[in-house]
Amino acid sequence: MDARPLWLLAELTYRCPLQCPYCSNPLDFAGSRFKQELTTEEWSRVFREAKALGVLQLGLSGGEPLLRPDLESLVATAHEVGLYTSLITSAHRLTQDRLAALKRAGLDHVQISVQAADAELSDRIAGTKAFRDKLAAYHFTKELGFPLTVNVVLHRENLHQVEALIGLAESLGAERIELANTQFYGWAFHNRDALMPTKAQLDAAWQVVLRERARLGSRLEIVWVLPDYHEQFPKPCMGGWARAYLTVTPGGEVWPCHAAGRITTLTFDNVRDRPLEWIWHQSDAFNRFRGEAWMPEPCRSCPRKAVDFGGCRCQAFLVAGDAGLTDPVCSLAPQRHVIDAAVARVERAAAARVEPAALTYRAAPASRALAAKG
Amino acid sequence: MNPAPTAAVPRLHPKVRLQRDDVRERDVLLYPEGLVTLNPTGAEILALCDGVRSLAGIVAALEQRYAASGLERDVTSFLDGLAAKGLVIYGR
Repeated sequence: MDARPLWLLAELTYRCPLQCPYCSNPLDFAGSRFKQELTTEEWSRVFREAKALGVLQLGLSGGEPLLRPDLESLVATAHEVGLYTSLITSAHRLTQDRLAALKRAGLDHVQISVQAADAELSDRIAGTKAFRDKLAAYHFTKELGFPLTVNVVLHRENLHQVEALIGLAESLGAERIELANTQFYGWAFHNRDALMPTKAQLDAAWQVVLRERARLGSRLEIVWVLPDYHEQFPKPCMGGWARAYLTVTPGGEVWPCHAAGRITTLTFDNVRDRPLEWIWHQSDAFNRFRGEAWMPEPCRSCPRKAVDFGGCRCQAFLVAGDAGLTDPVCSLAPQRHVIDAAVARVERAAAARVEPAALTYRAAPASRALAAKG
Repeated sequence: MNPAPTAAVPRLHPKVRLQRDDVRERDVLLYPEGLVTLNPTGAEILALCDGVRSLAGIVAALEQRYAASGLERDVTSFLDGLAAKGLVIYGR
């Protein structure tokens, strides 16, 4: 096994003008743990160390990475060291001039989120008027010659728009559309019952994806991120813990994925204190679930352990209370009944036409309130 | 997909970058959310895809370099494979 990472997700800041209630950022993003953002020099060192460690693909994300005034300089460093750089953005207030400057700095690929296919719903989910900026940004991203990915998170409020969303990406000349069914971490876990779609909604959307894939062929790549609560087996999360991915948070903590910081039983190291290489090879967080030795039954004797690596550690922690258990999404897991109960609750409420609970939008005051509650 | 005609001029799609992976001592193609590992022969073929040389020209260059013949089939199938992934495009 190649024991070196290929992918780095750099979460440059947790500040964001949008307030999407499924945000994957930590619930306590506004707290002291993430306050002190890495400087330009510190990020530049992280990119150099990442490349020396084997990383080839860099995602510049957040929060909203455009809020970093040094983004152009960070892109230039990443490009210079030989990383393929993707900007993962909401495009809020993005101008053509700024994107052109990022292109000159060596940016390779742009991913712009949209919350729904029309302005009214998209802005309602984003919690702010953002749709118009996005449409403009999509157009000048293509004019500047970037490959474009349209990023959409799917949930009960927008799953009926899958066809329109694919149509939007097609009309924009996008290379890819990522239709990511909500994965329940961070704010999405907090809002789970209100975001979770019914099985019927998912089945209908999946039929649209199949039809549109057949129609569009290689003109538009349609990525469908599985709604894992409705699956029989867990996802091969991150291609296995600490095998190919790492995330660096705004404050410099290094995590095996962007949700791992929530696991309170792990110790995370910081790029301010340790070289990235040490963290990758030696740290507690990366070694705890690397390989197969940590696996309990039913994973240990299961042939699928080489396929799904026991699923997701964060999900085991959130749902089953122990990051060292089989992903409870697995139909063989002793805790699968917890997932089934969550799905059944949503189905019952939908059948009885009960309105879901109000969404908690991702914003600093809500973050501080939730952190205070524990 | 039919093989490309020998007059076609292959080049990397603009979204794709040919990058040396020093750590693993190999060349790779990088593109949005993905990568393809190249063996030395593949990297050599792609280095000849300069947007000017035709498929026939690339084959001739390689055959001359290795004093070999009959490479057309291998070169074409390698490039067609990348073209099917949208990583190589053919112009004229």
